[in-house]
Amino acid sequence: MALAIGIILGCCALGAGICMGIGAIGPGIGEGNAVSKACEAIGRQPEAKGDVTSTMIMGCAISETTGIYALVVAILLIFVAPSIFVDLLKSAIK
Amino acid sequence: MTKTKTSGRFKLVDTLYVLGMILPFVLCMVLKVLTNVPSEGISISGAMPYFTIPMPIQDLAITEAQVNSVAVIIALFFMCLYFTHGLKVKATLKRQLIVEWIVEKTKNLVNANMGDFFNGYEPFIAAIMGLSAVSSLMALLGLFPPTSDINIVAGWAILTFALITYYKLKGGFGNYLKGFTEPIFVMTPLNILGEVATPVSLAFRHYGNVLSGSVIAVLIASALQGVSELLLGWLPGVFGEIPFLQVGLPAVLSVYFDLFSGCMQAFIFAMLTMLNISGNFPRELYEKRQQKKQSKKSQKIKTNK
Repeated sequence: MALAIGIILGCCALGAGICMGIGAIGPGIGEGNAVSKACEAIGRQPEAKGDVTSTMIMGCAISETTGIYALVVAILLIFVAPSIFVDLLKSAIK
Repeated sequence: MTKTKTSGRFKLVDTLYVLGMILPFVLCMVLKVLTNVPSEGISISGAMPYFTIPMPIQDLAITEAQVNSVAVIIALFFMCLYFTHGLKVKATLKRQLIVEWIVEKTKNLVNANMGDFFNGYEPFIAAIMGLSAVSSLMALLGLFPPTSDINIVAGWAILTFALITYYKLKGGFGNYLKGFTEPIFVMTPLNILGEVATPVSLAFRHYGNVLSGSVIAVLIASALQGVSELLLGWLPGVFGEIPFLQVGLPAVLSVYFDLFSGCMQAFIFAMLTMLNISGNFPRELYEKRQQKKQSKKSQKIKTNK
């Protein structure tokens, strides 16, 4: 019983870590691309700095969404999932 | 600008409005202090339920988040009353200039993003922005920010979704259903998924950003506690318990996670609401329908004559 609960807790923590790690790759690359292009644009047309910056922040926030999904899943895995899984296990054994 | 003497009654109403702005937050703090159970160490938990109302399907829990969001609404209501108190054609009060600036900025923003068809949308957008920003900034007072509870943000997202669907239906119900089978018929399930994904992503984006800020703040505070215990724990008596590392550092992070991220998310939520509503509105179909209706009406009038 203790072993099973331990495995559940460990797998939840492992899953959360892997989820966050892989989920952060995409938004990182995407936002880097967006910012680099915005820098190029500002370098070419310094007078359009305000517009470019606001559009870039907007785009960054949208491309961040997938990362945020990963974060929500990781938080659920750490704080919510273990108790539910342990309860399921206990009811299954009974 | 000529300074006119403000009467006593004017000042009294002003103070009442200011009190109405501040009191909800104070009451929230008092409620939190009274009901909060002091716990050892630092823990991460969701909104604390104050009481539950029995309901047929599932018990309705009234949590910190609901109470705090109602407090924000009341405070914003009194703020609006305060700012619009004593408006004149020629501005005599400083607050009138602030209000004029806010209204002008919102009008420009809505006009630039939604076009002239949605001219009446400034109050809605400004309300969503203010609600979201003040809710997120509540974390600075030590209260539970309502936006880090998914239920509150999901409510706003559902409101946005209803508006999107309402404006889509203005192009005709047949056209609305036809939109789901757009490039080819096989894409229907994917289109339905995409339709549902809009409010879900709106809610999760806002909620996740605010929640991640508070989770990271708690993690760093607990880490700093550990480090300061490691450094000073060997000192005898009270000296060993001074949390000297926790004094200033979390505040620096709070500037980004609470101030910047909170205001940013409010802006993004309002922006996406605007873009989704105006982007999904089938303008040409709507105008065609209006023309058809008008021609039918005129024909009826002719036949009646």
